[in-house]
Amino acid sequence: MRLIQTVRLIQKVGAWVDERLQLATPMRETLQHPVPRQTASWAYVFGSAALTVLALQVVTGILLALIYVPSAGEAWSSLQVLNHQVTLGWFIRALHGWGSNFMVAIVLVHMAEVFLFGAYKFPRELTWVVGVLLLLMTLGMAFTGQVLRFDQDAYWGLGIGASISSRVPILGPFIVKLLLGGPIIAGATLSRFFALHVFVIPGSLLAFVGLHLLMVLKLGINEWPMPGRIVRRATYLREYHELTRKDGIPFWPDAAGKDLLFSGFILLCIAVCAMHFGPFGPGGQPDPTIIQTAPQPDYFFLWLYALLSLLPPSMETPALLIGPAIALVVLLTLPFYSGEGEKHWKRRPIAVLTILLVAVALGTLTHLASNAPWSPVMDAWSGQPIPAQYLKGRTALQRQGALVFQAKQCHNCHALDGVGGQRGPQLDRIAVELTQDQLIRQVIQGGGNMPAYGKNLSPAETTALVAFLETLHPNGQDVARDDESRTAQTPARP
Amino acid sequence: MSLREGLSRRGALMKLGLLFNGAMGTVLAVPIVSYVLSPLLRERKTGYDSWLNLGALDQFPVGQTRLAVYRNPVVNPTDGETANIPCWVRNLDNEKFQVFAINCAHLGCPVRWFPQSGLFLCPCHGGAYYADGSRASGPPERGLFEYRYKVQQGNLLIEAGEMLTTGAPTAGLTNIDTGRPPCA
Repeated sequence: MRLIQTVRLIQKVGAWVDERLQLATPMRETLQHPVPRQTASWAYVFGSAALTVLALQVVTGILLALIYVPSAGEAWSSLQVLNHQVTLGWFIRALHGWGSNFMVAIVLVHMAEVFLFGAYKFPRELTWVVGVLLLLMTLGMAFTGQVLRFDQDAYWGLGIGASISSRVPILGPFIVKLLLGGPIIAGATLSRFFALHVFVIPGSLLAFVGLHLLMVLKLGINEWPMPGRIVRRATYLREYHELTRKDGIPFWPDAAGKDLLFSGFILLCIAVCAMHFGPFGPGGQPDPTIIQTAPQPDYFFLWLYALLSLLPPSMETPALLIGPAIALVVLLTLPFYSGEGEKHWKRRPIAVLTILLVAVALGTLTHLASNAPWSPVMDAWSGQPIPAQYLKGRTALQRQGALVFQAKQCHNCHALDGVGGQRGPQLDRIAVELTQDQLIRQVIQGGGNMPAYGKNLSPAETTALVAFLETLHPNGQDVARDDESRTAQTPARP
Repeated sequence: MSLREGLSRRGALMKLGLLFNGAMGTVLAVPIVSYVLSPLLRERKTGYDSWLNLGALDQFPVGQTRLAVYRNPVVNPTDGETANIPCWVRNLDNEKFQVFAINCAHLGCPVRWFPQSGLFLCPCHGGAYYADGSRASGPPERGLFEYRYKVQQGNLLIEAGEMLTTGAPTAGLTNIDTGRPPCA
């Protein structure tokens, strides 16, 4: 009996509140709006998952702000406090960090899916444009968030941001100072990124998410594309309404089940990752005088890190300054030059190829960046000895050459038996590829991508080093020799 | 008072109100924009750079390249350690010096000096520079940025205060890669 009374009381209070708010009816109507039957699909769950992760980010972000201190002198220690002293502080940090990773991934998948399903076409052009802006804000949140984890990577990452901005013609130095909030990366920089990460970007993000959702409701969710079902401005709206009337189901409760399940699954994944892998950093202290560091961006910017080391130097600045602008214009204008026509991916081979190309390119660059073969291994010369088999049975001169190889940091860029840097070529069979004269020339004059060592090697050191290099060939394979009939003018290998 | 008169008075009041708010908005925009642009405006007034003492000359032996640290001249109380900026000092002959920015001319990562091979190496994308700061190999398009320096009463002074990047007023232009082959 008491239960029934309680329920009645709650209903009464609810009715009293709604009499004043008058929100129940419009909310019910919104939730029950008809959607095409086939959109209740596992392919349509990414938008709602992104919304769920956004909610998680807002909540965990506020929780972190209870402890975090946005001061260049104290941010790092406040992160240590979160990790080690505050009860479950590490877990909240881990949730926020993994939430950010999942967010970027889900938003990208959502975008690819919307593109492949032709959902950006008439009349959902503005929904797409707002979506592109939301992608930019998501990446903005990811980058500013990485800065708030104020460690060595954040500090030097800001330096990279400043270096890139400084290349803008004429305005460069001004942009750098506005970005850093002063002449150097310091307290004002962190405060500025804190304001961006906590107020400016989330504020606009939430407003734009509101617009995005409003348009999804007003214009209806994109119908499942069918080959041959052509979008025409004159007839589309009538056809869509007919589809939802004849073959529609209410979004709530019929179509929302998969959204809910998937959102829950994503939350579970984030929680499991957070528990298993823990929070991200912070890495070393943000002290610029500790220069023994090799900064790396977080995973969603690794492709950029790779691109910046693989592009020819002369193309870098144009690619950095013009590339993003072109990409942005292409994305923003996409629904205007392709607003009608086929939606189905089977009839849009260029769209499918574009997605594949972008995915393969991003994947490859990210993979390359995760082992960064272009970075010298800065401590290989002192920390990674030459494998023993390269020293056994060698003459004194050759062993002296191996010493030179280590002492002159050759090992930082050249690997032996898979150990050492990969900046330059692996040298295990260099004696087969270059003759003695070519080796000497390469060492002394450099070339290709190698510095010249002429000034820093005595003749004795060069002789020893080349003697060692000449031992580097597979067993039984002969070393390269000059053709006896020619003089030593053999051109060096390019 | 007729209805029409009342309407027109209300209309006038609304226009006046809009105008007043617009004027106030414009007046407030001046301090707001100046506040936002303060990192730029400050420089025009007082400048960021000043001459800083890196220490006595005997800390920098002839023929060697040593790491030096200075405290940035423009400091806020919240800067902590970030205001301590390192740089590389090369003493050529006790009269001529070179003071290099720590930042790689490519993307600003901290370069490390390897005296054995006489190279500055960047850990990020593998930029390499010779002892004189000129580009040796890798993605940088130019040599290391240099600070202006002077020797005063046995001390080495540099003009600093601003992160050295392309286009910064104190970024030395002496090391721009001219396309000539590197010193062999």
